[in-house]
Amino acid sequence: MYSEKVMDHFQNPRNVGEIEDASGVGTVGNAKCGDIMRIYLDIDDETHVIRDCKFKTFGCGAAVATSSMATEMVKGKTIEEAMQVTNKAVMEALDGLPPVKVHCSLLAEEAIHAALWDYAEKHEIRIEGLQKPKSDISEHDADEEY
Amino acid sequence: MKKVIYLDNAATTKVNPQVVEAMLPFYTEHYGNPSSVYEFSTPCKEAMAHTREIIAKTLGADDSEIYFTNGGTESDNWALTATAEAYASRGRHIITTQIEHHAIIHTGQYLESRGFEVTYLPVDETGLVDVKALERAIRPDTILISVMFANNEIGTIEPIQEIGEIAAKHGVLFHTDAVQAFCHEPIDVNECHIDMLSASAHKFNGPKGVGFLYIRKGLKLRSFIHGGAQERKRRAGTENVPGIVGMGKAVEIAQANMGENKKKETVLRDYLIGRVLSEVPFTRLNGHRSRRLSNNANFAFQFIEGESLLIMLDMDGICGSSGSACTSGSLDPSHVLLAIGLPHEIAHGSLRLTLSDETTKEDIDYTVESIKRIVERLRSMSPLYEDFVKAREKKEF
Repeated sequence: MYSEKVMDHFQNPRNVGEIEDASGVGTVGNAKCGDIMRIYLDIDDETHVIRDCKFKTFGCGAAVATSSMATEMVKGKTIEEAMQVTNKAVMEALDGLPPVKVHCSLLAEEAIHAALWDYAEKHEIRIEGLQKPKSDISEHDADEEY
Repeated sequence: MKKVIYLDNAATTKVNPQVVEAMLPFYTEHYGNPSSVYEFSTPCKEAMAHTREIIAKTLGADDSEIYFTNGGTESDNWALTATAEAYASRGRHIITTQIEHHAIIHTGQYLESRGFEVTYLPVDETGLVDVKALERAIRPDTILISVMFANNEIGTIEPIQEIGEIAAKHGVLFHTDAVQAFCHEPIDVNECHIDMLSASAHKFNGPKGVGFLYIRKGLKLRSFIHGGAQERKRRAGTENVPGIVGMGKAVEIAQANMGENKKKETVLRDYLIGRVLSEVPFTRLNGHRSRRLSNNANFAFQFIEGESLLIMLDMDGICGSSGSACTSGSLDPSHVLLAIGLPHEIAHGSLRLTLSDETTKEDIDYTVESIKRIVERLRSMSPLYEDFVKAREKKEF
């Protein structure tokens, strides 16, 4: 069902945990559809480099794996670079996801954006291309992206 | 191959080697078509008659009331659609429940699209149908009541005899989907006033692709599969003779060992339930505590999601199943768990383990240790658990 990379990131998830006094925190998804992701970011205020990134996820194997991969992909990047990490990039990095799990990758992208939005609001800055995240990812959105 | 602890016997079972042995000659020796006149086909006819006789005997039915099908889903489809069609002139209302198998629910929805009205009765938090509510739902135009004997997910055994009595009192036909119960629980179609009953061989150590529908004598049900004159012209198509032979053997073995197996499985099931509920915090048992199939345990673990749990159990060689959305191919968790009142996020964290007569105490101990480790690990990754712990700390502070 899942690629080897998905299984690896599910079995050995990278960056699980919390960051105390995080620069930005974002929680997306809903319990109704069975996936909730929370991303913590530690951002350097001068350079806008994401020094650390952690996650907690309630969800299926794909939800855990996309969270893990997404945190890996934004860690060490600047905010501008992190904005380029799309759900498609996360999926490609995981060697693909089953069609019914595409919404998980979308959730990961949204979670990163939600954490960046939180950071931007706290610091009253504007991040190019960042929109207020939806807190609820429905199946409909996933279909569109796919 | 790594060691496998198979705890998904409600999904399907291992075929008993004695069943396989009984079937084999009907592939290479007695391969004649039962419809043919020559003597070469006689063993096939005899073997089929034998299976029919065994099944009829266990149900208190007559041989001529047993119709072979390809399994539970076909039997359910046949019972509902044919009854609806045959009795439409009397009424177009059918009563069933919210916790039926999809073979019933989706057939009910199909009939609704064809102008029938279907009442899906709610159940209580243990999964039991309220017989008083059922009686109140009966209308002058009600033609059929269909209630499962035992639920496939949570194992709750319904008050079938009481429901049958109510149906008989009101002159309404009564069908029961006994796919999980036949050969696991004693069933008498006369005592329970059952007019139709669905069963499937692979749920009791028989082969896949064969089952039957019991139809009480006198019911005017049309043919479901059109063609030849097999099954008293009611179910066309050359019979799955090896499958039917295997089903007969499986029924024989299951009936002979039912009492002993039930006792053994109940002890292990209760041991499993007891250990999990006392050793894994924030866990509940789904389904009725005592009125449940002797091999069924179904848990809801708060703050975690079922598919993750299943994959991790699989890595430990344990086969189970879950009512989580991710395992169903949709975003909604099991309709059964929602019907017993579980909130979505808890329904997503459910785990069904179904034992067999081969399950050992060692298997259960290994499984419980694995569950404990996995649930703790998944909770440590869960934002829901994090919120819960923080809220609790705040309260205590």
